[in-house]
Amino acid sequence: MSNTQTKRVQYDAIVVGSGAGGGMAAFQLAVNGLKVLLLEAGRNYDPLRETPMFQLPKDAPLRSEGTVDKPFGFYDATVDGGWRVPGEPYTVAEGSDFMWWRARMLGGRTNHWGRISPRMGPYDFKPRSRDGLGIDWPLTYDELEPYYDKTEALIGVYAHDQSLENTPVSRHGTQLPPPKPRAFELLTKKYAAPLGIPVIPAPIAVLTRMQDADHWPAKLFPGNPLAQRVVRQSMRSRLACIYATGCGRGCSLRANFQSTTVLLPPALATGNLIIVPNAMVREVTLDQRGRATGVSYVDKTTRTDRHVRARIVVLAASACETARIMLNSKSALFPNGIANTNGLVGKGLMDTVGAGIGGQIPMLENLPPHNNEGTTRLHMYVPWWQYQEQRAGKLDFARGYHVEFGGGRDMPDAGIFWGLEDYTNGAYGKRFKEEARRYYGSFVYFDGRGEMIPNDDSYCDLDPTVVDQWGIPVLRFHWKWSRHETNQASHMVKTFAQLIESMGGKVVGKLETDGTKVIAKGGQIIHEVGTVRMGDDARTSVLNAHCQAWDVKNLFVSDGAPFVSNADKNPTISILALAWRTSDHILAEMKRGNI
Amino acid sequence: MDRRHALKVLGAAAALPSLAPTDGDKAPDPAATQGPAWTGPAGTPSDPNLVTPRVWWPRKLLDGELVTLAALCDTIIPADGHSPSASAVGVPGYIDEWASAPYDDNRESLVKLRGGLAWLNTESERRFGRPFARLGESERNQIADDVCYEPKAKPEFKGPAQFFDMVRDLTATGFYTTHEGMKDLKYIGNVPLQRWDGPPPEVLKHLGLL
Repeated sequence: MSNTQTKRVQYDAIVVGSGAGGGMAAFQLAVNGLKVLLLEAGRNYDPLRETPMFQLPKDAPLRSEGTVDKPFGFYDATVDGGWRVPGEPYTVAEGSDFMWWRARMLGGRTNHWGRISPRMGPYDFKPRSRDGLGIDWPLTYDELEPYYDKTEALIGVYAHDQSLENTPVSRHGTQLPPPKPRAFELLTKKYAAPLGIPVIPAPIAVLTRMQDADHWPAKLFPGNPLAQRVVRQSMRSRLACIYATGCGRGCSLRANFQSTTVLLPPALATGNLIIVPNAMVREVTLDQRGRATGVSYVDKTTRTDRHVRARIVVLAASACETARIMLNSKSALFPNGIANTNGLVGKGLMDTVGAGIGGQIPMLENLPPHNNEGTTRLHMYVPWWQYQEQRAGKLDFARGYHVEFGGGRDMPDAGIFWGLEDYTNGAYGKRFKEEARRYYGSFVYFDGRGEMIPNDDSYCDLDPTVVDQWGIPVLRFHWKWSRHETNQASHMVKTFAQLIESMGGKVVGKLETDGTKVIAKGGQIIHEVGTVRMGDDARTSVLNAHCQAWDVKNLFVSDGAPFVSNADKNPTISILALAWRTSDHILAEMKRGNI
Repeated sequence: MDRRHALKVLGAAAALPSLAPTDGDKAPDPAATQGPAWTGPAGTPSDPNLVTPRVWWPRKLLDGELVTLAALCDTIIPADGHSPSASAVGVPGYIDEWASAPYDDNRESLVKLRGGLAWLNTESERRFGRPFARLGESERNQIADDVCYEPKAKPEFKGPAQFFDMVRDLTATGFYTTHEGMKDLKYIGNVPLQRWDGPPPEVLKHLGLL
């Protein structure tokens, strides 16, 4: 369909970005009757037609090994993205190390993400009150809890059924039953228990059964027949997981959460949403009174500038891209970028702490052949378990981490048996084949994912000279880990080594425990948040407690940028819940005539 | 792989979204609800067709190099009672594709691979008066024994041992990603399941979990 006609009209809302935050905002506003224009910098992408379901590594270039063009392997859903986007550079300040992942496609990173969906817990909203570090959120767990419930019911999340300390689950049955654990997960659980390490079902946005389309729509959207109809239709169109073919490829059965399979189709079905892909937003425009009037964007297909107008603007371009748009939106009123009166836009950048090691477990050798695939995502994980030790001052880092782990008899892929020579004294010939049979499936890996505390040395600003191919100034990243992160990374690998040894196994390669050496680079875990933070005080935050800009009443942010802290809990589910809450606030403010 | 069954499941899924809504308010004009035009993948390296993949770069190894490479691949993974040899399932072609790829690491590896293949023939001629591909199994193994494990290789064989290890890694990838290789490992998966039952009892028993 052609959108040229519709571009001349004034929309109720413009949403920039179509991932978790933008998809949720566009969906919520559209089902509530607003006329919504969604701008996406990447191309239109259709998981129903483009997902490689069941394709084998042998049919892909390089047996699907990752390249700079397809960093997570050929079949990974991300297209036109990765650590490098052609024609769209970014820079890193001297002395800093930072990697920025972008996905220039409809649905953004939700097409390929790990689907790991742990709720933040009560402690996570008030970190400063607990240990004096970082900043408190302007809301509590109790305030976001109903939105976690609703988000889980809408998108489908399997999880454990009992809350642990600061690791809450739904009290209202909004989560799905977890799949049975795999062999390596059960083995890990057994040997982790004596070490005091809990191994419990992981919270994952994959349907282990079809959603109850007769129950949830009315429950989630009381009094809204339009929302109920499109959600009912959407839920009925989604199949449960078939326990095969990698989730990171996306899912043409709509069995996992992707913005493109779960949020955008029902939003489009309302007739209230127009999606314009290949729209690279340059800036938010402003009127004399300091209200946002719309946005300017580059139509990438024709390389021409366009302007669209709306009553409100919602930015959800990803934490860093949103900051970039705001910093580039300069005016007489806001010479340092829109709503950036206090200079905080771009500050507070956080990622997740990452470190991991592998192990070879003799007990897993020569297992009877069996299917190890499951949902292809985590069935089990380890939530942070040392709150007491931290309170007692026994650890040299302030915040927690969780553990993601994998292993077993997975589909042979590029790199299988790399390093086997160290286990076999360089076997080749018939002996190599025998050793391969023995060692296949006997490796496990453990990855820690921990909380980073925001610091003054980690932020992004505009590079003073570099522009991208659309002429838009690019981001420059500044990065430093503190000892809280590097000590935590060290604790991770030491703990994993202990666990591997308790399982009778050996760490793969030489064990390095220096936290500064094992910690992943900033940005590498792809959990950037915090660049446009929310708060109770206009002097110390950019957005109020409803993700509304203090300085520009009709400007909102609904991606990871408003985050105040970055708990070890993977951010997507919180982005979704927060975006729903922000959308409710937008609708209420419009109703009251305030915006 | 039970691809036919997989396609059936996919077909059933494709049929589902067309169910007409039977309740709620009236459906809007379908034309307004389709979203923007879909033109599919651009076909560029960063936006390739994921459903029907293809290799877009030309292969660089010469016929003679491929003959030597095939002999080496089969020294590393020969036929046995379980599965065929590496060259019988196209592994040299995969290694050619890999070493010819337009990425920095691969470009560097092409030099290492070509240099290694040349060394292999020189060494073979020196010891036996014939190129590597024309040696018998025990002659090939005499050379392989000297280069199969770098930490234990004599100083003059350290370089060739690195080359040998690279080819062994690639041969393993090339071989075990084929149907024949997956069958050799008794890999089970990539089939759609109605339900997930977890590991079978014999696995739990083997692990002492039952």
